Amino acid sequence: MKNPISMPRWSPYVVGAGIGILSWITFLWMGEALGTSTTMVRANAAIQGLVAQDHVYNTAYLAKYAGTPEAPKPLFEWQFALVVMMIVGAFIAAKLGGSKFREHVPALWEWRFGRSRVFRYVAAFVGGAVLLFGARLAGGCTSGHGISGGLQLAASSWTFFIAMFIAGVATAFILYGWEGRKHV
Amino acid sequence: MYEHFFANPGTLLMGALTGLIFGFLLQKAHVTRFSVIAGQFLLKDFTVLKVMLTAVVVGAIGIYGMLLLGLLEPGQMHIKNATLLGNAVGGVIFGIGMAVLGYCPGTGVAAIGDGSRHAIAGLIGMLAGAGVYAEVYPSMKSSILGVGEFGEATLATATHLSPWWFIAALAVIAVVLFLILERAETRRAAAG
Repeated sequence: MKNPISMPRWSPYVVGAGIGILSWITFLWMGEALGTSTTMVRANAAIQGLVAQDHVYNTAYLAKYAGTPEAPKPLFEWQFALVVMMIVGAFIAAKLGGSKFREHVPALWEWRFGRSRVFRYVAAFVGGAVLLFGARLAGGCTSGHGISGGLQLAASSWTFFIAMFIAGVATAFILYGWEGRKHV
Repeated sequence: MYEHFFANPGTLLMGALTGLIFGFLLQKAHVTRFSVIAGQFLLKDFTVLKVMLTAVVVGAIGIYGMLLLGLLEPGQMHIKNATLLGNAVGGVIFGIGMAVLGYCPGTGVAAIGDGSRHAIAGLIGMLAGAGVYAEVYPSMKSSILGVGEFGEATLATATHLSPWWFIAALAVIAVVLFLILERAETRRAAAG
């Protein structure tokens, strides 16, 4: 049998079960639930703080995570470390699987919108900004709501997940149409 | 702000270890790929749903099982407040952005490690989006976030049913859905 570490791809069920078990561990031993999007707020506060600390402390939503000048909260905490190391974990998995994958403009995008890197990067930036706004309004993203909230049967999370999925499908079909299915 | 920038090393080490495993797993499922996530929204490639639904069912059995055995206290749950209008509207906005970017925050970050260059632009966009939300938060709080507040409600507490009914239903739905998907995929592969 081939060593699973060097296999380029695993069954989605194996990965899903692994993430489920990872959740048991974080709940039980770390007192935390998997999540990622709050880190974007903390990182934003840390960057804005370089030039305008007062603004961070005076903006209620940032101060929620940054604390007050008298009692600052650590911005680089459990989830921040998690998010940073996700890059490394994915890099290791890709290299051990023999991947040489590199992508500037995805094939589906190129078929629909052309090969311009600049246009793709701008769209990716806008998409990222829109989705993070939505995540903060909803109180979580695909990991915090979708996985951690879903497995706790949270009403908030299932509401988010269903709304997100329907909107995602509708947007994808508006962008690419039925024809797009031939390019993924 | 920066003199207290870092949490204690033990916490950071645990977060780092969790992130390492989480990122590793996401790449091994290839949900770090734009084509896989776009393929899910175009209802062609169901990898994302397979990963998420399996994680939720396995996770739920473990977490509610540990609650039942007393290994986990009810106070150790991490249920987010239900502000149902905000959850729904936020979900719609999130879905639109995710379809354009082709990643969610977790898979987008992991995609950078997997070799996606445009995911870097997506990450910078996310940081900007967080800043925009922080600016408009007061008006959201006084409007959308006040509608449909139910605190830390779960499907079980809202219906006064045992959580195991929901877990059993989810498990059955997952298994049936997976069987249908696998059969359809085998048939499609055979048809070439």
